[in-house]
Amino acid sequence: MTGVRRALPWLALTLLVALPGFAGKFYIDLFAKIMIMAVFAMSLDLLVGFTGLVSLGHAAFFGLAGYTLVLSAPDKYTAASLWTSLPLAVAASTLLALAIGALALRTRGVYFIMVTLAFSQLVYFVFHDTKLGGGSDGAYIYARPKAQLGPWTPIDLGDGTQFYYVVLAILVVAFAFLRVLLASRFGHALSGIRSNEQRMRALGFDTYAYKLAAFAIAGALAGVAGYFAAIQFGFVNPEMLSWHESANVLLMVILGGSGTAFGAIVGAFAFILLEDAFSLATRHWLLLMGGFVIAAVMLLPGGLASAGERWRHRATASSDG
Amino acid sequence: MDLSIFLIQVLNSVQYGLTLFLVASGLTLIFGIMGVINLAHGSFYMLGAYAAYTLTSLTGNLFLAIAPGVALAIVFGYVLEWIFVSFLYERSHLQQVLLTYGLILVFEDLRSLAVGDDVHGVAVPAALSASIPLGSTMTYPVYNLCISAACLVVAALLFVLLRHTRLGMMIRAGASNREMVRSLGIDVGMLFRIVFALGVALAAFAGMVAAPASSVYPGMGNQVLILCFVVVVIGGIGSVTGALVAALLIGFVDTFGKVFLPDYSGALVYLLMAVVLVWRPAGLFRETTA
Repeated sequence: MTGVRRALPWLALTLLVALPGFAGKFYIDLFAKIMIMAVFAMSLDLLVGFTGLVSLGHAAFFGLAGYTLVLSAPDKYTAASLWTSLPLAVAASTLLALAIGALALRTRGVYFIMVTLAFSQLVYFVFHDTKLGGGSDGAYIYARPKAQLGPWTPIDLGDGTQFYYVVLAILVVAFAFLRVLLASRFGHALSGIRSNEQRMRALGFDTYAYKLAAFAIAGALAGVAGYFAAIQFGFVNPEMLSWHESANVLLMVILGGSGTAFGAIVGAFAFILLEDAFSLATRHWLLLMGGFVIAAVMLLPGGLASAGERWRHRATASSDG
Repeated sequence: MDLSIFLIQVLNSVQYGLTLFLVASGLTLIFGIMGVINLAHGSFYMLGAYAAYTLTSLTGNLFLAIAPGVALAIVFGYVLEWIFVSFLYERSHLQQVLLTYGLILVFEDLRSLAVGDDVHGVAVPAALSASIPLGSTMTYPVYNLCISAACLVVAALLFVLLRHTRLGMMIRAGASNREMVRSLGIDVGMLFRIVFALGVALAAFAGMVAAPASSVYPGMGNQVLILCFVVVVIGGIGSVTGALVAALLIGFVDTFGKVFLPDYSGALVYLLMAVVLVWRPAGLFRETTA
């Protein structure tokens, strides 16, 4: 069984690498979108699953990076440079995460949830009410960023397949990064904080600093996702920063089962495919989605991943007996 | 700023703050006593407003809509607690967030199925449709004064209930030490159900009386919900007095912000929250139990 489990990410990766070879443009775009959201979900899982911080304002960092891309282009018909706009977008998200985290981490539990939600709403209103990013309509991105290095252009983000592979590479790097981070001393400190913060503090860890660092890293990673999401959608609007977006990404984390970087990826796949299936089936898909979420919380407290676990458990139990 | 305009803004602030208080007081009690973070609380405000719209068009008068509306809200809250919320007491905050978020989606869609996604107006009752002249050119609608008055009366009743009745005593005890209340042999399940129904009724009532002044539109609940979170954070979880002070504070900051800094008024309230968090992370009126 463990062999199958270990092989699963590699199998998934092989399928994703091969996908553009046999799938049409629609599926290439759909899977690129799913992978972007998977990076976003992983970034939140660093907080929710690994550090035990339930943030309901994570879309602020996602959306801000998208807006930074728009604002870093000279005008809306001229492409920004990938090499300057991406670092700028990630830096903006990281700084925002540091600022929000510094205040929100003064609180815990229910307060933390409400405070992160409220601060993300502040960012939402800044972009919704001022002319900065086109107000409530948002702004279009007519030209995708150029990846030019002197005379040489290694990647053309305007090409769907190349964009797909860039996003896949980012997903793989983000996944590997999280695995390394969590295996490090820092990662162990975070899981220590999740299970017993008081004890970690008694052991001499500055838990506030650790949590703030995790919050900033999560913000940066969400920024990477937001940057590429903005490129793919071709526009940014305040909805990207809204708390519905924050709640949706939280759903992805939980659907997949929090606390496993791979679960966040599974959750993003499940959520977006469900969303597509429900919205194809009926105009009132929110009702189905809401009902599904309620049922999932009531019946599967550990996420979809735990459903497999449970089923396996039952299978082994019955074969033993 | 001339005096009559100033007075109008003060009246608007008070009306806004008191409406917010009615919604937030239920939210803070549900947090404080049951330990449940209820994202669907804004939906009760929205459902109240839509109930006012539907019942007013059936009965022809807002007054005739409010009594059955409140009764419906109490029953609705009671049943909802029984089926869904009671399930969440032993669960993590994360699961509470998700389940109540699911409820929001369901409520919004049911609302869309039942009455559609249009913006509706609710007629001001004929008896209250006059306006009071203020200064030489300005007027202020009587109905808006009545909203403030109705909210004040309900708020006063709520304080009497909490301070001077046996039920209120149990609720306050529950807010400061849930385990102790349980071990004293009080039927905590029943207490929770009553508190939840009370919270739903307060939010729905606020939605109903505010409907003629604010009109009725999709998404109105979410806006209120997030402001209520700010109220609870500023006032301190479980503190009804804190909710009153914080709600009025937000009413004033938001209303005067719209006058002086129209582009940034949406953000001002959250800046206020940031200041309070730096100064007193547990809110202005948090009753410390430990």
